[in-house]
Amino acid sequence: MINYIWFFLIFIGIIVSIINGNIDSINAVVIEDTQEAVKFAISLTGIMAVWLGLMNIANKSGLINIFSKILKPITKLLFPELPQNHPAISAIIMNMVTNMFGAGNSATALGIKAMEEMNKLNVDKKKATNAMCMFLVINMSSIQLVPLTVLKIRADAGSLNPTEIIGTSLIATTISTLVGIISVKIFQLRG
Amino acid sequence: MVYILNLISISIIPIIISIILIHGYLKGIDLYDAFVDGAKEGFKTSIRIMPYLIAIFVAIGIFKRSGAMDIMVSFFGPLAKFLSIPKEVIPLIIMRPISGSGSLAVVKDIITTYGPDSFVGRVASTMMGSAETIFYTMAVYFGAVGIKDGRYTLKAALLSHLAAVIASVIVCRLMFF
Repeated sequence: MINYIWFFLIFIGIIVSIINGNIDSINAVVIEDTQEAVKFAISLTGIMAVWLGLMNIANKSGLINIFSKILKPITKLLFPELPQNHPAISAIIMNMVTNMFGAGNSATALGIKAMEEMNKLNVDKKKATNAMCMFLVINMSSIQLVPLTVLKIRADAGSLNPTEIIGTSLIATTISTLVGIISVKIFQLRG
Repeated sequence: MVYILNLISISIIPIIISIILIHGYLKGIDLYDAFVDGAKEGFKTSIRIMPYLIAIFVAIGIFKRSGAMDIMVSFFGPLAKFLSIPKEVIPLIIMRPISGSGSLAVVKDIITTYGPDSFVGRVASTMMGSAETIFYTMAVYFGAVGIKDGRYTLKAALLSHLAAVIASVIVCRLMFF
């Protein structure tokens, strides 16, 4: 799938740039955007190290077990094939919490950790498991409690009430997450 | 209000860190060693995801800067009209699943052009706060563990994105009219 999307994006992009006569923009992408990617990965290193370090402490102290127990009804419903005391569950929970509060890169770090843990239980390493699909869809439809960047843009633009969209966002994001979860469950049933 | 929300958002990480450290301390864990042990993993992971990041950044960059993205936006115009979605937010609907920084630029543009308190401005703000960058997230997360076949993930994510778009328009219409 990603194979086709990747090819499609680049191929169509190059054709369009030829038609538009801005083929030099491709060169700029190759130079600048690749640098951005490397910078991003490197900046992720620090934050990943911090969260994985903290998670290791939380694991050893048993704090994660406590959280997992509290959230067991939810995680059991969403990820029935994961053992409830598995480290994947704790990474998933922490990813969701950091995501909700818009802590971007921390959430990414914990999300990758969750994927690694889930992959340990994966039989066919090339193919996503049901739990992975569910986790990613929830992650991508992310319930966000405070969309801070949007609030800032609104405030900067002189909005009379920048925060009035928190309620509407919360409703919309909850609906989209529910639709995501239900779609995943339906796709799972169809095999 | 913004101030309080901002305060909550910026304190959540210090709070989580404090809870983890205090709980670990009380349980008699060797905090420093445990931290360093866990942190070592961070390096391996970020090196491993780098090629995937470069791949997706290049593809999205070419698609965006060539002008192909704009063509796609005008292509989806009629469909949005059919769903009674204001045409001003179509660029955002297309951009949101593809690029986080790109969609932020689009929101900024919509808000400065039409005003933050216009209907379109509110719909755009709501959409931005209720969706995520699908392609990037999939590339990074699946890439990190070498998954090639994401099965139905993209379909489900796009359905959820569509739900966010439609819900944003309906909720804003109900709340602000």
